[in-house]
Amino acid sequence: MDSTEKSDEQIETLLADALELYGYDFSGYSRASLKRRILRLYALDNFVSFAEYRYKIRTDPGYFKRFLEQVTINVTEMFRDPGFYKVLRKEVLPKLGTYPFIRIWIAGCSTGEEAYSISILLKELNLLKKSLIYATDINSAVLEKAAQAMIPLNKMKQYSENYITAGGTENFSDYYSANYSLAKLNDDLKTKIIFSTHNLVSENSFNEFQLILCRNVIIYFDRPLQTKVFELFDNSLENLGYLALGSKETLEFSTISKKYKKLDSEKIWRKIT
Amino acid sequence: MKNCDAFIIGGSAGSLDVLLKVLPSINSAISFPIIIVLHRKPGADQLLTDLLSSKTKLLVKEIEEKEKINDASIYIAPSDYHLLIENNQTFSLDNSEKINYSRPSIDVTFQSAAEVYTDKLVCLLLSGSNDDGIEGLKKVKENGGKVIIQNPRSAVVSYMPAQAELKVNIDAILEIEEMADYINQLSES
Repeated sequence: MDSTEKSDEQIETLLADALELYGYDFSGYSRASLKRRILRLYALDNFVSFAEYRYKIRTDPGYFKRFLEQVTINVTEMFRDPGFYKVLRKEVLPKLGTYPFIRIWIAGCSTGEEAYSISILLKELNLLKKSLIYATDINSAVLEKAAQAMIPLNKMKQYSENYITAGGTENFSDYYSANYSLAKLNDDLKTKIIFSTHNLVSENSFNEFQLILCRNVIIYFDRPLQTKVFELFDNSLENLGYLALGSKETLEFSTISKKYKKLDSEKIWRKIT
Repeated sequence: MKNCDAFIIGGSAGSLDVLLKVLPSINSAISFPIIIVLHRKPGADQLLTDLLSSKTKLLVKEIEEKEKINDASIYIAPSDYHLLIENNQTFSLDNSEKINYSRPSIDVTFQSAAEVYTDKLVCLLLSGSNDDGIEGLKKVKENGGKVIIQNPRSAVVSYMPAQAELKVNIDAILEIEEMADYINQLSES
């Protein structure tokens, strides 16, 4: 597309279209990353002009689905940041294990790797039977992938290392069966996960949870939208429940921070009032 | 008139040595921020911050998302995230796919900064072994900024600056001993 100033304007035009025609509101998203993703897709799909790109997005709902999938970021791993999962295993989940029933919300679950990681932890702690994991994302295409529970086999070596570093004691390869180039995760890991679309920007609280994970999602939001999303989490979290964020995210500057106490080592906060 | 609003250094893990030699001579009242993007394995970020901090009086800190960018500070891009700059001169982090097998990618930060700082941006590419940084330097030049490289002949791994020398119209090629003076001279007196 064109010079910096003009392309900034063009991007705002596309975002206005996304809201007007499809109801997706990107106004609170940080611009630098969003702009890079939108320009990347423009180049990737070989558009010759901004007008053509815009027309395709406006008139082809199938293409808008691709736009949504490509401009939002869906990179995820099993047991990413092993130290974080270690604290979940040793500290957070055993506390929740004293409840009769455990409800967990994974907001922005992408292709499901976090949900399956949590499922493995719960299973090993003998808590899976009394747990329910709500895994949500703005993007229905990634949820379809998540439900398939298929992961490229070449990634499993890294995930296995993450699992061990996170304090895993079982044989990680027992959790999947290799099928050509894919690893199919065992069906029992899926029985307690509900995958569903949910838009953090526009939708309300839908349940009360004892643990909410939202990792590497709010880095794409500006401060006002972060505040709004934190309030949504606060309304969705029981007293003494836990909120877990990504390793570079913080609750510190939010309106709800006074009600929360951070655990020493990881980006996990406990609701204390 | 201020001619540098931000100075960004890109390099691989092997560039750490260069930074340790250059930082002690940087003027502690420098009139712009210095932003460092280093390829490395995830983890141990605090060690890197502490190590660099021990070599300068300037504030050295690992970047937090949405942080305001201040002059006379040295910022380090965290491992495993891309670093971008917003129009309002705050940092953004991005967890998207690796670029040139790298996260943080030097290209991503150079390109993003080029749009914000345009002709008031100076970027320095140090030692490294892949093409990361080259596209970014091109963008910096297109937008009127300055690009400088470490002399490939004296770099530990010469590929990255050598590729830059071939493919980009470089403003200056510096020896390690010349870098601090070059940076200090960009500062308002």
